[in-house]
Amino acid sequence: MSVATYQRAFAAALRADEREFGGGDPACAAGDREHEAGKETHLAWSRVLAQAALAVHRNNVMVGCIDALAANFPTVVRLVGDAFFRDMAAEFARANLPARPSLFDYGAEFADFVAGFEPAAALPYLADVARVDRWWLEAHVAADADVLTGAALAAVDPASLDDVQLRLHPAVRFGWFEQPIHTIWRRNRTAPDAIADELDWRAEGALVTRPCDDVATGKINRAAAAFLAACADGATLAAATVRALESDPQADLAATFAQLVGAGAFTALEDR
Amino acid sequence: MVGGAVNATPAAGLGLKPEHFVEAERCVADGLWFEVHPENYMVDGGPRLKWLERIRAAHPLSFHGVGSSLAGSELPNEDHMARLARLVERFEPALVSEHLAWSTFEGRYRPDLLPVPRDGEALDLAVTNVSRLQDRLRRRVAIENPSHYLDLPHEYDEIEFLTLLAERSGCALLLDVNNVYVGASNVGFDARAYVDAFPARLVAEVHLAGHRFDASGLAIDSHDAAVAEPVWALYRRLIERIGPRPTLIERDGNVPAFDELMAERAVAQSLLARSAVAQTASTQSVFAQSLAGRPAISEERAA
Repeated sequence: MSVATYQRAFAAALRADEREFGGGDPACAAGDREHEAGKETHLAWSRVLAQAALAVHRNNVMVGCIDALAANFPTVVRLVGDAFFRDMAAEFARANLPARPSLFDYGAEFADFVAGFEPAAALPYLADVARVDRWWLEAHVAADADVLTGAALAAVDPASLDDVQLRLHPAVRFGWFEQPIHTIWRRNRTAPDAIADELDWRAEGALVTRPCDDVATGKINRAAAAFLAACADGATLAAATVRALESDPQADLAATFAQLVGAGAFTALEDR
Repeated sequence: MVGGAVNATPAAGLGLKPEHFVEAERCVADGLWFEVHPENYMVDGGPRLKWLERIRAAHPLSFHGVGSSLAGSELPNEDHMARLARLVERFEPALVSEHLAWSTFEGRYRPDLLPVPRDGEALDLAVTNVSRLQDRLRRRVAIENPSHYLDLPHEYDEIEFLTLLAERSGCALLLDVNNVYVGASNVGFDARAYVDAFPARLVAEVHLAGHRFDASGLAIDSHDAAVAEPVWALYRRLIERIGPRPTLIERDGNVPAFDELMAERAVAQSLLARSAVAQTASTQSVFAQSLAGRPAISEERAA
């Protein structure tokens, strides 16, 4: 009996619906049908594993996955409630077991899953809120790098400023949304019980940074999102400025740029 | 304090919880050390590593891996081992341990410690995997006895299997007393006989934790309660026989205030101190007997 065949049978038994193990034929849990040679062994292991106690392992795996998702997407939990979230997370986990044992990294595809999760269709902003939760985590564990300061940028020879390529800090995540995603995220993530003003339902961008080792988030305008996207593509300062103005000719670029530098969006020039 | 301190003076440690970082860093209890799952620190940068560095500056660390999947048919994941090796190099933990279990298979990780039937092939695989990990980390790793829920067709007795694994790979063993209690309760073996038979010379660390019983009467290794009295009794029995060993109080669910964990840790710490005194006394009495009953070495040589 090979260990690999045993593991394959075990993995299938973990996936199988619990009811199939009550008194039914455990062979229906076999997921190894294309391996004809190993099929008998697989079935034999499936019978061995048809024990009530297998539920403990099945439960450990599911609860481990669901708890990790709840920890990684706290704002989504807040918006849909614990019971709904756990049902949604269980469905995700059944189709997407973690790729690695560091569970803080689990759920890279969760926002996309939420976008297609029918029971959550009444909350059209939920998937993008999940995206910002994910960005927060990615920023939290991203590589260290010194941030570009306004003073350092002021010291650059003005003649060469146009050709400077600003590099995004490793912790930076950003996006432009057609709904007020950052405002919704922030109200539910940082001060969920505060009484908030009525929401101004308009498009906005979100920026996640880690300026002093603590993750910070902010609302950004369309020009800022375009500017950051250009920098991510390797554009020079001049080219990025053009792209920002193309996205919004009315934008106050000086204020936008000051906001981005102040938020720690760029890596220090000497840190290359 | 140097990293070897956990080994030099066996003391009791605690699992490090993020909510206790500040108190853990400041705590000055004698011999206190902290255990972490290195998987939670396999990050590229950021505040987690900085916090762990602050804890490490104040206390010895132990790395207790849960994700190397050593009891399976696949070699440990290279990326995982590389990340673990970088952490070991950076933090110089006094102890590194893992489990006799599998979790990663065909590219997916299952957040559990899954059992393997103990046969010759499983032993060969575990020896290969543990050796690979130790070579990669360039240090000895302690392997923990698992909890048991399933009745599987084993060819080897567990202690025999672990002893052969240690002899062939050069690894040490981590004896989780709560796992012994849970397994004995679920699959029916004698917990006291198990603890009595566990090879003292191989035990690098001991784990203690709480468990609970589910509706069907199964004991669950839940780590969500205080250490139960029968587990303390097994622990006292163990260290009376083998002497003091670095001992961890594990708590992963219903995590209480730091002081409450420290109070539980103090129980283990006082048992360890008593055990150390008893061991010294018995060593002295053996020495005294040898002096009384036998001629001095110089005379023996002369004769």
